[in-house]
Amino acid sequence: MTAQRITGVALLVAALAAPWFAYPIFLMTALCFALFACAFNLLLGYVGLMSFGHAMFFGISGYFFGHVVKAWGMAPELGILAGVAGAAVLGAVTGALAIRRQGIYFAMITLAFAQMIYFLCVQAPFTGGEDGLQGIVRKPLLGGLIPTKDDRVLYYVVLAIFLFGYGTIYRIIHSPFGQVLKAIRDNEQRAVSLGYEADRYKLLAFVLSAALAGLAGATKAMVLQFATLTDVSAAMSGEVVLMALVGGLGTIIGPVVGAFIIITMQNYLAAAGEFVLVIQGVIFVVIVMAFRKGLVGELTDWWKSRRPAG
Amino acid sequence: MFELLGIPPQALFGQLLLGLINGAFYAMLSLGLAVIFGMLNVINFTHGAQYMMGAFAAWLMLTILDIPFWVALVLAPIVVGLFGVVLEKVMLKRIYHLDHLYGFLLTFGLALVIEGLFQWKWGSSGAPYPSPIPGGTNLGFMFLPTYRGFVVVAALVICLVTWYGIERTRLGAYLRAATENPTLVRAFGINVPRLITLTYGLGVGLAALAGVLAAPIQQVSALMGTNLVLVVFAVVVIGGMGSIMGSIVTGFGLGLVEGLTKVFYPPASNTVIFVVMAIVLLVKPAGLFGQTK
Repeated sequence: MTAQRITGVALLVAALAAPWFAYPIFLMTALCFALFACAFNLLLGYVGLMSFGHAMFFGISGYFFGHVVKAWGMAPELGILAGVAGAAVLGAVTGALAIRRQGIYFAMITLAFAQMIYFLCVQAPFTGGEDGLQGIVRKPLLGGLIPTKDDRVLYYVVLAIFLFGYGTIYRIIHSPFGQVLKAIRDNEQRAVSLGYEADRYKLLAFVLSAALAGLAGATKAMVLQFATLTDVSAAMSGEVVLMALVGGLGTIIGPVVGAFIIITMQNYLAAAGEFVLVIQGVIFVVIVMAFRKGLVGELTDWWKSRRPAG
Repeated sequence: MFELLGIPPQALFGQLLLGLINGAFYAMLSLGLAVIFGMLNVINFTHGAQYMMGAFAAWLMLTILDIPFWVALVLAPIVVGLFGVVLEKVMLKRIYHLDHLYGFLLTFGLALVIEGLFQWKWGSSGAPYPSPIPGGTNLGFMFLPTYRGFVVVAALVICLVTWYGIERTRLGAYLRAATENPTLVRAFGINVPRLITLTYGLGVGLAALAGVLAAPIQQVSALMGTNLVLVVFAVVVIGGMGSIMGSIVTGFGLGLVEGLTKVFYPPASNTVIFVVMAIVLLVKPAGLFGQTK
């Protein structure tokens, strides 16, 4: 436990000092994806629901943010709220339909709905179609108290948002509600026979996950000042799965690690073009074949296995 | 010249034919997915990539080796099917004991690798494939390009042959039995692992065959199967993977629905299949031909 606490404090210190050592925009992007991956992992790692369409929440929220801030000229806080609310509503509708099927069908259904949202975003007038929403002006937060033109200042805002989202997920997992979710993951019939209405728990978890993915998406739109079709595409849905998988499903810190690894990789390999996809595919294959627990999961196992000996 | 609900018949029948052709591909691909899933318990995300490989194989055979379409129609699915066999032997075989999810993720990763490599080698813009039967007939109410008519008929024949093979032959009976209870079938002395490999090879070959048929209609490009496979997933959810005939009927039916939507309300034509999926989930969650399992 104490080792865990020390790691936590060290990570926090590192996060606070980070913008003086690394490019803030990169850090903010990575934090947004980390929150996105955590939101995804809340479903797959703790409820056993594999959503292959999480990009729809991430992407649509970015559009909502952009539209509220750019077209309606409102404060960024309202933009983020609109994004989260939009993602939650979309999550409630698609989730209610998707949980009617189990297992692999659930993945296919979420994937199909995400594709539908993608096509809607291509056509809808408020998304800017192929161009997306460009040049969303960064406005100061809290009615002018926090200037956000400076990337380092904005970084701390994004860090706060991330910690809020991460803390929420931590609370959910460690609450009685989270215990029921895990019970459903491990044995749904048993949970039902104990009197839990599994479908309602699943739906609530789905909506929470969608809302948090929305929080990540809106924050990313605020940081990068644009929202485009990439964020709602099936490729993005696959990417977030990859992040959670690389870090370790069902570990709370794993998706954060995974997101930083994948974003760093994309940063360095940007020039490689199509090869980024090939490499991502290879990582998928290698992890499924050999390291199903992901980086954090395998490391934890290794740590535990050597402790009794020494 | 008569009109139907203000739609000129050329437009209506033209779109219906287009819908029928799309439906033919949905039917062939969802059939392959269903057969593979039944036997391997894996949703083959690589299906779209293997469809693309079929088209590419035919195109490469034509441009490099001068092999005509009709030969490629037989050769390309065999080549891609063998590739599938290798894939099954090397990778898929090792993950059957795991949750379905891992098969999904593995084949998704493989699709990324395959499509990425093709894109890297040949770019993402398409290459044209000359129609093997040019020309067409004027039916009075519409113009029917001969090749397109051929595709619809060929797809129907392929689907029915597959149905016959699975439902009416001895090999098909083994297959269905092994799907139901592999351990018992093994006890009867049937080599189930080989049967599984064979099934995957056949399913992949079916996807490749669809790809060869699609080559003269669409551009041959690395990403031609990417979006298609997502639509086919929706088709599979709508039809349910329980019945072979169900997949065929659903595939063609949804193609027609899509065609009709293009006539009456074009903006919705991309999304109509997903809307149908939502409705089916509300009304009959197990799918039109599915059993709850």
